[in-house]
Amino acid sequence: MLSRVAERVYWMGRYLERAESMARLVNAHSNEVMDLPLNMRDSWRGLANITGASGAFAGHYKNYDERNVVKFLLADTFNPGSILTSVRAARENVRTTRELMPTEAWADMNRLYLYVHDHVQKSLARRHRFEFLHTVIFRCQQISGLLAGTMSHDSAYDFVRLGQSLERADMTTRIVDSAVAVLMPREDIAEDYANVLWVHVLKSLSGYQMYRQHIHPRVVGHDVVRFLLQDRLFPRSVDHNIAVAEACMQALPRNEATLRRVGRLQRRINEAEPRDMRMDDLHEYIDVLQTGIGDIHKQLTGTWFRLDPDALPQEA
Amino acid sequence: MAINWQAYENPGFHDELIDSDGQVRPPARELLNYLDSLSTDEIHERQHAADLAILEMGITFTVYSEGENIDRSWPYDIIPRIIAAATWQQVDAGLRQRVAALNRFIADIYAEQAVIADGIFPRALLENSVNFRKECMGVHPPQGVWAHVCGSDLIRDHEGRFLVLEDNLRVPSGVSYMMENRVMTKRVFGELFENTSIQPVGDYPTKLFDMLAALSPRPMDYPEVVVLTPGIYNSAYFEHSFLAQHMGAELVEGSDLVVGSDDCVYMRTIDGPRRVDVIYRRIDDLFLDPECFRKDSALGVPGLMRAWRKGNVGLANAPGAGVADDKVVYAFVPDFIRYYLGEEPILPNVPTYRCDLDDERAYVLDHLDELVVKPANESGGYGMLMGPTATKKDRKHFARLIKGEPRNYIAQPLIRLSTVPTVVDGGVEPRHVDLRPFVLQSDEMYVTPGGLTRVALRRGSTVVNSSQGGGSKDTWIVEG
Repeated sequence: MLSRVAERVYWMGRYLERAESMARLVNAHSNEVMDLPLNMRDSWRGLANITGASGAFAGHYKNYDERNVVKFLLADTFNPGSILTSVRAARENVRTTRELMPTEAWADMNRLYLYVHDHVQKSLARRHRFEFLHTVIFRCQQISGLLAGTMSHDSAYDFVRLGQSLERADMTTRIVDSAVAVLMPREDIAEDYANVLWVHVLKSLSGYQMYRQHIHPRVVGHDVVRFLLQDRLFPRSVDHNIAVAEACMQALPRNEATLRRVGRLQRRINEAEPRDMRMDDLHEYIDVLQTGIGDIHKQLTGTWFRLDPDALPQEA
Repeated sequence: MAINWQAYENPGFHDELIDSDGQVRPPARELLNYLDSLSTDEIHERQHAADLAILEMGITFTVYSEGENIDRSWPYDIIPRIIAAATWQQVDAGLRQRVAALNRFIADIYAEQAVIADGIFPRALLENSVNFRKECMGVHPPQGVWAHVCGSDLIRDHEGRFLVLEDNLRVPSGVSYMMENRVMTKRVFGELFENTSIQPVGDYPTKLFDMLAALSPRPMDYPEVVVLTPGIYNSAYFEHSFLAQHMGAELVEGSDLVVGSDDCVYMRTIDGPRRVDVIYRRIDDLFLDPECFRKDSALGVPGLMRAWRKGNVGLANAPGAGVADDKVVYAFVPDFIRYYLGEEPILPNVPTYRCDLDDERAYVLDHLDELVVKPANESGGYGMLMGPTATKKDRKHFARLIKGEPRNYIAQPLIRLSTVPTVVDGGVEPRHVDLRPFVLQSDEMYVTPGGLTRVALRRGSTVVNSSQGGGSKDTWIVEG
């Protein structure tokens, strides 16, 4: 498989996941914001900064109000993490690898893009927002399902899944960190309010129900963190997604260096004990995880997408 | 209401399905009977269904206009063009002869240049040729073949005679549309294939692979063959992707390839570097290798020419093959056939005036209102003057251009192109067509049965280029 093509399907997986995660995040946030105490309502700022694009935001807007932030996360093309940008990039990556993707996947991807392109402006208002986000989530799921069900589970598919799982792991760390950022300066906050925030985090990752089934009905901060970072079974937890990425890499050639990176990150995930961590410890710990995910990305890019000149046969 | 063939007339032109008495030509009888059983509405319905299918299947070509690349649906007319097998046999033989002679000429030009020494071809023309590559002197590609894929444009005049209009030896395109048109016709007129024996065109990718495999420096059953594309924004990207997919070859861009210090070509794969044996390149010579040609080319592969000269990789078409793809050189092809093969040309040229010759140029300048003037090295129908329909201002402009660079221009009389019935808004009317068959040559030769028929969709127009509003038809070579 050509390195360039592998890189494109990998990014297709990342962008597809990014669009879906963003839709889930904005959906949950729009629902939960009313429950927060007034002094935490500036949480729209935290939402805008989750994708690490605060510079882009500040360049175009003054106020971190709902209207601006939602527009930034859904529709703005200068935000590399907006739904419109992600869907467009995912489509572009499929368009240039059409010879290898199932034809239906291209058609569905194209339809998703056209839908987002045509409806995103109207969806900024609360009245239309939920249906729009729901449709985006549904269609992203549809494409993932179509690929799983109709594409041979070959290297190309492994790269799609690799992109999806790393993106998802990364997004989960960012969402947990956004709650940490709110709570860090307020260690004395009333427990009730803190718990409201953690419910909100669970819902952003569609994990509220599974948390209550698998952990316990009471939402407690450090248990939520443990669930989202370390739970092997929950499909949006960091640990689960790193395990999926690992399985994909096992099937790829020349995987030693990248697998070593994965092992290192897995040790960091397993060794942590959220119960003993204060908010600033947690914030530092999440940094470690994000660096680990970034290192895996760098290593796999170097191994599979860039050709090491030393790997060429030398003069005979 | 069915088509009214009595009202279908086209005096002064050769129509390929209907003769001058309004009678159907024998090979087209089945088709016409069938069309007569349909109402005009039904014909339009089928055309509409075909257009829709093309849109859904994503059969497109890319046009570059006003700074933008636009993907357009491939224009296809449902009524096929029909040629009798016996007539085609002559064309087939004529094309083989022509491509053989062209390849002999190119090989000669890059070796001893006997054709110049023997006074057949003037040295001055070679020295002024923009497609001559001095970097190719002394190279001996496998089998002595340089132009492995040739797309010659043929027209039929008012008597129905086939003439060669030009030979495309650089990166001729269109063959994927030839195959897709057949797929479409099978959908639209499936019933007709039951009773008519139509020569198939679908095995072109196999023939192409066989031809390319024969260029491999490492003889084996499945050498690593790749298609090299300039990328998604190229007008023929659809075709590059189509051919790669149908040959089961990788579609690569320049950045996917690298030349090692062993002067072999490798592609970057997830398994590490993999040796490439043959490159079907769809990039122009000057962009192939920035070490050798244009330094600013980001499309090419540094060192590729080195690898090719050493015989470590096959390139189709060979760099420099375009030296024979020049409208001035074209005028000499009949002489080349006599000189290299000792045969008389089977397919005639369109009479051609060379503006670099004083007396011929004088004639051209005097008769600009009757002639078609073409630049020697353009394709796609760009930069032409259609004398009879041009404005005075345009003719003046071209007179200046010709005097400025006479070597760059040729002129030809306006040929009354043949017509084929074509679906138009009101029903069916005659429209002008040309034909691009494809010829493959390496250790063996292959000619497509038929080729890509292009049709000028505007009434009276002879501009068939899809970038300028032309359409296309399926082409049937029919027995009996």
